[in-house]
Amino acid sequence: MDERNINDILFEDVNLTYDGDDGSLVAVHDLSFEVAAGESVAFIGPSGCGKSTTLHMVAGLLKPSEGRVLVGGAPVDQPRRGTAFIPQDLGLFPWKTVLQNAALGLTIRRVSESEARTRAIEALEKVGLAGFERAYPKELSGGMRQRLALARALAMDADILLMDEPLSAIDALLRESLQDTLLDLWLERRHTQMLVTHSIGEAVYLGRRILVFSERPGTVIAVIDNPDVGMAGYRASAEFSAKCQEVRIALANGSPIEVLDGDAGDEGAEVVR
Amino acid sequence: MNRPPSMIRRIIGYVFAVVFIIAGWWITALLVNSPALPTPAATVGVLAQNAPTLVPYFWTSAYRVIVSLVIGTALAVPIAHIFARSRTLDALFAPVLYLLYPIPKVVLLPILLVLLGLADAPKIALISLTVFFQVLVAVRDSVKIVPESAVLSIRSLGGSRWDEYLHVVIPATMPAVFTSLRIGVGTAIAVLFIAEAMAGSTGLGYFIMQSWSMVNYPRMFAGIIALALLGVVLYAIFDVIERRLTRWRS
Ligand SMILES: Nc1ncnc2c1ncn2[C@@H]1O[C@H](COP(=O)(O)OP(=O)(O)O)[C@@H](O)[C@H]1O
Ligand SMILES: [Mg+2]
Repeated sequence: MDERNINDILFEDVNLTYDGDDGSLVAVHDLSFEVAAGESVAFIGPSGCGKSTTLHMVAGLLKPSEGRVLVGGAPVDQPRRGTAFIPQDLGLFPWKTVLQNAALGLTIRRVSESEARTRAIEALEKVGLAGFERAYPKELSGGMRQRLALARALAMDADILLMDEPLSAIDALLRESLQDTLLDLWLERRHTQMLVTHSIGEAVYLGRRILVFSERPGTVIAVIDNPDVGMAGYRASAEFSAKCQEVRIALANGSPIEVLDGDAGDEGAEVVR
Repeated sequence: MNRPPSMIRRIIGYVFAVVFIIAGWWITALLVNSPALPTPAATVGVLAQNAPTLVPYFWTSAYRVIVSLVIGTALAVPIAHIFARSRTLDALFAPVLYLLYPIPKVVLLPILLVLLGLADAPKIALISLTVFFQVLVAVRDSVKIVPESAVLSIRSLGGSRWDEYLHVVIPATMPAVFTSLRIGVGTAIAVLFIAEAMAGSTGLGYFIMQSWSMVNYPRMFAGIIALALLGVVLYAIFDVIERRLTRWRS
């Protein structure tokens, strides 16, 4: 039909202003970038710079005040079927079982109950949660809850996956294994992926490109190509460290932020305002 | 997960409680030594003896309190949701609610008697009013703690307003309905007693006060036990429902 892919993402001169009770607030400003179909892009920037806002626009939860957000060449004016969004604190339903949580995307989309069940069980198996179908989120560890949120996206068979700081609540050791899960899933499925993170190591490990945001009003101040993503042993390589350093410098140039070095080299590096 | 052991523990707990209450009652009855407070053993006989006259009064009272609980809840829940939804309405009515909530609704009884007569209507109106305020306040507060990210999830999935209610708002607020009903049962029964004692010639409240004026203390005590039983049964029902709805919390 079209020369565009159905699951690429394009921002054209996007501004978003929140109108609150106490005046308006420009969250993102002059935002233009593209995420190609099947690409994984990491977004990093100081907190409050508009990263969540940006994801919400792709998810169809917010409309730009100015400019356009296009998915597959068409403006996003409502949530799209093939887009899975994992919000900042996962958006799990404490009163639903693991299985019901995993099937929710399908339930909302009126997929038949038996099909929803089958697909949810498959997705749970894929993220290593088989056997926990009847548990409630509260009975799961942080890492398992994270996997559950992922299973919900997988069950929907999404071709766009949006994640807002998905691993921020997870301790460092477990975080690496979950990063591997995310990486493997992306390498296998090649969905279009937008990952918001405040961890430099995570951005470099998972983002085929890394977009660095300025302080609010957020805009892209650096685009860092990261072609080695997915390479075996990347995390331990010299290239990885160099790339982290590159991101760190871009962040420091863009805004007066403090960059802390973590104990485990670049891995634990986090951006602090 | 480990249901059997906790179940057994709960049953043992209840058995202990019953033994404790009966023992306390027995000792008190022996100490007081008055026909107004028979011992548990004597009560069994008193109840059996008065059951035939008592039963119709019991059903009248049960009917009134149950209908009132339903009406009060049915009015309070949607209004609480409307308040929680609209900031303007909430800002407008929160002070009104704040002022009306602590007023003991039972003082309105004489007015209701004038307006609605002596039969079921004033009693049901009064208890409904009491229940209404209790449920309204509890549900309004519970809507405020609906998890925002769950709402975002539903919206990003293209869910409708109805989906938001079905999957988020209702499950998040239903426990509050039953908690407030469970806590409110005691007040509802108290209001029922006062209303029936003061006006009309039906219901357990009337039965108890009539026995008292007839100086028929065993009959009076049978009425008291029946009213207490009504409260305990309703409390237990709401407690069970509440537990079912909040299984995910434990
Ligand atoms: N619904 C909202 N109404 C008003 N201001 C908001 C709203 N959501 C976010 N903001 C503000 O917009 C800015 C960007 O927020 P956000 O996109 O959440 O940033 P980030 O995810 O990068 O931390 C912040 O200053 C935040 O306070
Ligand atoms: Mg954010």
